[in-house]
Amino acid sequence: MRIGLFVPCYIDAFFPQVGIATLELLERFGHEVVYPRDQTCCGQPMANSGFNTDCAATEALFVRNFSGFDYVVGPSGSCVHHVRDNFDAIEQTADVKEVRSRTYELVEFLHDVLKVDAFPWARFPHRVGLHNSCGTLRRLKHATPSELHEPFFSKPMDLLSRVDGIEFVKPARPDECCGFGGTFSVFEEVVSTKMGYDKVGDHARAGAEYIVSADSSCLMHQQGCAERIGVPLKFIHIAEILNGASA
Amino acid sequence: MTNSAEQLPGRAMLHPEMVAAEDNQAMYRDGHRLDHAEGASKPLRSRPEPQPRGAKIHGNRPIDQAEAAARFIASPEHEKMHDERLWDLRQKRDREMHHIPEWEQLRSLASAIKEHTLTHLDEYLDQFEAHARANGIHVHWARDAAEHNRIVHGILSDHSAKSLIKSKSMLTEECGFRHYMASVGIEVIETDLGERIQQLDKEDPSHVVVPAVHKLRTDVAKVFADTIGTDPENSDVHYLAEAQREATRPLILAADAGMTGGNFVVAETGTFVVCTNEGNADLSANVPKLHIASIGIEKIIPRLEHLAVFVRLLSRSALGSPMTQYTSHFRGPRAGGEMHVVLVDNGRSERLGLEEFWTSLKCIRCGACMNTCPVYRRSGGLSYGATYSGPIGLIIDPTFNARKYSNLPFASSLNGSCTNVCPVKINIHEQIYAWRRELVKRHDVPLVKKAAMKAAGELLSRPAAYRAAIASADVALAHLPRFVIYNGLNAWGKHREVPHPPKQTFHSWYKANRGGTQ
Amino acid sequence: MTSRDDILESIRASLPRVDRPLPHVPMFDEDPPASLLSAFKDSLERMGGIFLDPPASGDVLAPVRVKVASAKVVCSTVPEIAGNRDIATVSATQELADVDFAIVRASFAVAETGSVLLSETDLNINALAYLAQHLIVLLDPADIVVNLHHAYRRPEFRERHYASFHTGPSATADIEGVLIHGAQGVRSLSVLPIARIYQPQPTSPQEKKHD
Repeated sequence: MRIGLFVPCYIDAFFPQVGIATLELLERFGHEVVYPRDQTCCGQPMANSGFNTDCAATEALFVRNFSGFDYVVGPSGSCVHHVRDNFDAIEQTADVKEVRSRTYELVEFLHDVLKVDAFPWARFPHRVGLHNSCGTLRRLKHATPSELHEPFFSKPMDLLSRVDGIEFVKPARPDECCGFGGTFSVFEEVVSTKMGYDKVGDHARAGAEYIVSADSSCLMHQQGCAERIGVPLKFIHIAEILNGASA
Repeated sequence: MTNSAEQLPGRAMLHPEMVAAEDNQAMYRDGHRLDHAEGASKPLRSRPEPQPRGAKIHGNRPIDQAEAAARFIASPEHEKMHDERLWDLRQKRDREMHHIPEWEQLRSLASAIKEHTLTHLDEYLDQFEAHARANGIHVHWARDAAEHNRIVHGILSDHSAKSLIKSKSMLTEECGFRHYMASVGIEVIETDLGERIQQLDKEDPSHVVVPAVHKLRTDVAKVFADTIGTDPENSDVHYLAEAQREATRPLILAADAGMTGGNFVVAETGTFVVCTNEGNADLSANVPKLHIASIGIEKIIPRLEHLAVFVRLLSRSALGSPMTQYTSHFRGPRAGGEMHVVLVDNGRSERLGLEEFWTSLKCIRCGACMNTCPVYRRSGGLSYGATYSGPIGLIIDPTFNARKYSNLPFASSLNGSCTNVCPVKINIHEQIYAWRRELVKRHDVPLVKKAAMKAAGELLSRPAAYRAAIASADVALAHLPRFVIYNGLNAWGKHREVPHPPKQTFHSWYKANRGGTQ
Repeated sequence: MTSRDDILESIRASLPRVDRPLPHVPMFDEDPPASLLSAFKDSLERMGGIFLDPPASGDVLAPVRVKVASAKVVCSTVPEIAGNRDIATVSATQELADVDFAIVRASFAVAETGSVLLSETDLNINALAYLAQHLIVLLDPADIVVNLHHAYRRPEFRERHYASFHTGPSATADIEGVLIHGAQGVRSLSVLPIARIYQPQPTSPQEKKHD
């Protein structure tokens, strides 16, 4: 199949290794992966701040870039959530609806569409704390959130448990928000960073060496918090582990 | 205790309960410490951390929730207790949920019953009124807060009542009721312990269920020492609670009238239901001859069988307790007594007409969204500067005053936990998102933010300009946060590190390594 | 225009134009506990209530007599055990302020929550159950329903003017989450399982005039 690779703006600028891992991982399964060069952003920063009309042009550009693929796949839960659930600043033409419905976050794409059951190249002999971002957990429904009385499942855990050597730790508050929240991280920076401190502290106390997540934005925030208060944690995107990163 | 304790390093590490209280006998007559035997030569017990106060109110100017939240976080003992206390309630709630196999079904039923009732609100209010009147209850209708206060004042005047004992009611907070009653010379005595603490401290409740949850025991000791004469050095919780009971009981016995709110109203029987843990509503309702209940029009449900669904959900969601200690059903006055119900609109009928927000009227004021909210737990309820705080406050407060509460819908990371714990399935986080749009539409957002978002939208829709702006990671670091986040790196970097710029962007890696194809 | 008409008109103008049928509420009783009495006891104790186990001697009322032995004022509304304050002579609620123990019988109880229902018929004067320092409730084990869905089918809610579920004693945790019994109301609530010695007439509640 032909996959459009969606690399959100902050991954492009700050976490190129996540984009590379996503690209290589999808290619390992024999698919044609195309990175449309004119892509910028999905419009989420403006939309989340209430400025929906200001993202119309950006959304239109996204649709131009990603029309015609079998699937659009991006390694970022919150961006995919925006495209799929909120992306309504522009007229909802057939093209727009098509692109929106074909857009997938990497974990759910691997789990639900490709139904991958082995990553023979991957080995990660470390203790990790899994951070399900709120976008993947409560919007894209990667896993059962702790608030609901529903049978337990976790797509990222399913995938990661197929990686040789990996060991999970159990933080006390497994799915409390880490405080990133897009523009919230600067609009309410004191609360945001306090949430971040508490989050990295919780994982560290549980014995994690790494925090792994499907959202680099949460990791960027948590890493900034951990470094500021001196919590010796490392941060890694799930795409990197699944693609065989060793550390 | 002396000031020197304040200078001790690691003061914040000392939990108040770890060190014994000062013994005044262990002093010389001149006040110096005795330090024989194991006695320490200086006091090791820290001074109580002063209570952080809530948001600063400047008339109609937008509340700065972030500023007040920062002050709350700067009081680590308060913040830590508050966060852990409410997280504990959330965990108790989860435990109860797991005991009830039909939990999610109950939530769906509760939501459906409320939505049905709200879409037939006029009919059910009419039914309630007819049945309540037939049972001997006087029913009044109040369009707004002022009319509510006038009606209650009128009833009290008719009975020459000068003192009123009442149980906690968010509606009367909404109406500025205590303030009004003070202005007409009627003494109001709150009988819920937490609400009484707040009344004596001249503060609003910070939480809909546990009004003084933001206070440490030392704060309460200070309030009680100043108002009901307890020992200022004694912050033992049992002592404080008992002192309050003893101080309030004579006021309850002497009161001319009693007032309660109402958690639920049953149309088919003309019943209203009041839930408390202290039994204070039942004292307020049953000791004086006159009982007035102030109730919002959205509290109604059709039949008794529906009540079971809500009573099963309410306290489990609120406190992780299977039931409130007291769940009292009032269907008519008792022998020799008189009962009045004031049905209050105060903006509710208008809210019912807001397409995106009317389901917020399903709220049963359990506070579960507050307990789970990571922002609320770290900010304190008074940081919102409004009657309703936390997630539900973010979507209700702007209906009262869109300008004054225009910042509140931004005091959320949109994590969605509130929606999942809500026993009546209000899509709270989606309404928070929708309010942001609404406030931008109404121009109730700062101009600088507006300009930044417009600029961001323009840059992100033009690939060439965008590429130039983030040509290298270093350049990106200078530009990216500025357009992704309107006020730049300052706020990001104050309390956390900025990301480490990589050697190249993904875009340039791709060009270098996969350059040929597109 | 009256406020009533004003509000109803404003509601009608705002009513969301969506179809929301009233759902059917199941009884959720497919899996009842083996013993309603022991389920009730477990629930009651979780809520801070005291369950008075019948003593081996067979003297069912002994635990109550032990409790009230040193009390100055005992007010009973039940025929099984006498107090020293006759509720029939009380003319104002305030006169109950010095009651140490009140002894009443519950209309019925709920196993799911450990609640007992007390109404004006059971209390004679409602304030008794709140002004007393301690409350002892007699409960016929035959009067226990499985859950709140069954409870709300009971006639008391359509017949009585006042009906209150008591689920343990008065409690608060308003200061730092520290649990305190006896915040404003009773400091303890004890339940004694004991069959009714006569059948009450639910259709003609014996309401006493007071005040």
